[in-house]
Amino acid sequence: MKQFWKSMLRSPSGVIGLVILILAIAAALFGPLLFPNSPWRMVQRPFLPPFTLSAVPLGTDALGRDVFAGMIFGARVSLLVGLVSTLVALVVGMPIGAMAGYFGGKVDDALMRFTEFFQTIPSFALAIVLVAILQPSIYSIVASIALVSWPPVARLVRGEVLSLRTREYVQAAIVTGQSNTWIILREILPNALSPVIVLASLMVATAILLESSLSFLGLGDPNLISWGYMVGAGRTVIRQAWWITVFPGVAILISVLGLNLIGEGLNDALNPRLSREGR
Amino acid sequence: MLSFLAQRVLKGVIVLLAIVVLNFFLIRLAPGDPAVVMAGEAGASDQVFVKQLREKFGLDKPLPEQLFIYVKGVVTLDLGFSFRQQAPVAKLIGERLPATLLLTLTAFAISLALGILFGTFAARFAGTFLDTAITVFALIFYAMPLFWVALMGILLFSVTMEWLPSFGYETVGANLTGLAHAVDVAKHLIMPAMTLGLFFMATYTRMTRASMLEVKRLDFVKTARAKGLSDAVIQRRHVLRNALLPVVTLAGVHSGTLIGGAVITETVFAWPGIGRLMYDALLQRDYNLLLGVFVICSAMVLIFNLITDLVYRLVDPRIEFAS
Repeated sequence: MKQFWKSMLRSPSGVIGLVILILAIAAALFGPLLFPNSPWRMVQRPFLPPFTLSAVPLGTDALGRDVFAGMIFGARVSLLVGLVSTLVALVVGMPIGAMAGYFGGKVDDALMRFTEFFQTIPSFALAIVLVAILQPSIYSIVASIALVSWPPVARLVRGEVLSLRTREYVQAAIVTGQSNTWIILREILPNALSPVIVLASLMVATAILLESSLSFLGLGDPNLISWGYMVGAGRTVIRQAWWITVFPGVAILISVLGLNLIGEGLNDALNPRLSREGR
Repeated sequence: MLSFLAQRVLKGVIVLLAIVVLNFFLIRLAPGDPAVVMAGEAGASDQVFVKQLREKFGLDKPLPEQLFIYVKGVVTLDLGFSFRQQAPVAKLIGERLPATLLLTLTAFAISLALGILFGTFAARFAGTFLDTAITVFALIFYAMPLFWVALMGILLFSVTMEWLPSFGYETVGANLTGLAHAVDVAKHLIMPAMTLGLFFMATYTRMTRASMLEVKRLDFVKTARAKGLSDAVIQRRHVLRNALLPVVTLAGVHSGTLIGGAVITETVFAWPGIGRLMYDALLQRDYNLLLGVFVICSAMVLIFNLITDLVYRLVDPRIEFAS
């Protein structure tokens, strides 16, 4: 563990990424306490330019709502959706990949055809269709993003398991009569985790981008403010008020960049052999 | 080669059928009784009309039979009727398809050409300032949400500098013909295509760079060098050709993302393609149209995947020797 942090902190991208992520999480957790302006309430005149009033540092939108407050509260939605949907995708993808790799043969064939099928469907189009049909809410958004992002997890885990199951310690466990579940959970998966962690950090970034795109198209949770929604709402008035679209977009850019950098840092720290094409 | 092609086409058809079946169940998941919804959309919701609709679309039949009717319809290119737009879904999509193909193929060509170019440069000058600059730019473009890049493009090139039009396919009411029309369309195309292309350009840059650095270390490159071949020939014929393989694979994987990106880009730039059609269907909760576009998008991805498979076999020098 100590070794891991050492090499993680040695890679510059890992350090920058970690700093960005910590700042974003801090903003999501404590921001609303420090800046109690509700992102939905009118606090000033509409179209107040940024940097004019210290109470509303980034100006107001077309309805006089605080852009900065929106960004702080939006961080919660983006990070939450990114993390939870990635976790769900891992919960779906890991068992499928592990079973395919461990049992091989027909099981492998069937599971991999199933995975390939989901990988062929254009993911963003499927996410749009699902959220539209299930009605936009934080649950339908998380479910849709998870549903379109698990196939790479399954494929990665399958590959790892495939190579691990021929190792001697796994063979030994089989000979001693351990159950398949026990061997997969206790012997194989812990050793297959590092590439999965790298992939997961990149998936959180992709999930944040997906969520913001859905919200931008008007498919966000109507009760929660999010960065994508803010950009979408500012789109029609971009000629009069550039700041409404610029700032939330910068927030998305920086968080996604941070997570991608963490992914690279983790990659360097956890598996120096694996090249960057991991995704 | 021919049997390989037949196999792939067969596989694609099976996947497409599965997607059509999935689509059928998604329509059933949509809120409301389809017949009542349709009647409401047609502007008359009395019981007799609802019953007529139910019979007409086979909604009174058992589910497997409904599925059969639906699949049969899709196979004969009957994707249902859009009551909001008062036109068959297939006709609406057919009208919009050329614009989407123009946009996505241009964006794809731009991203692939620039991505390979920048990636090659970065790998050639690995470790120098040029390499760092290209890598950092690629990282940033890779993290930008597409809709935001589009809006920043409009802000910069349309609002501030007034160089390029911010929406549409051509200047409305200009009635241009011939070359003037082509130039007009091209002007409208630049921003959407660049927007859509930038993200993929970043990906291909990173991929080309990583893969060229990897291939460079391999034995056959050393052999080529030992034979006394010039650096340019080695780079072009040995390194680049082998380094391109993963890039081609990635291009195939990305076709779905490209279509998804087209939805966003066409929405922002009011580009009259099927992505914009999907957005309109979304706003109006026109589920027949929405799912019709979805099936066509999936079919496009399958065709694109098939093409990349073929290209892969053409580029891969090992397969050439094997056959």
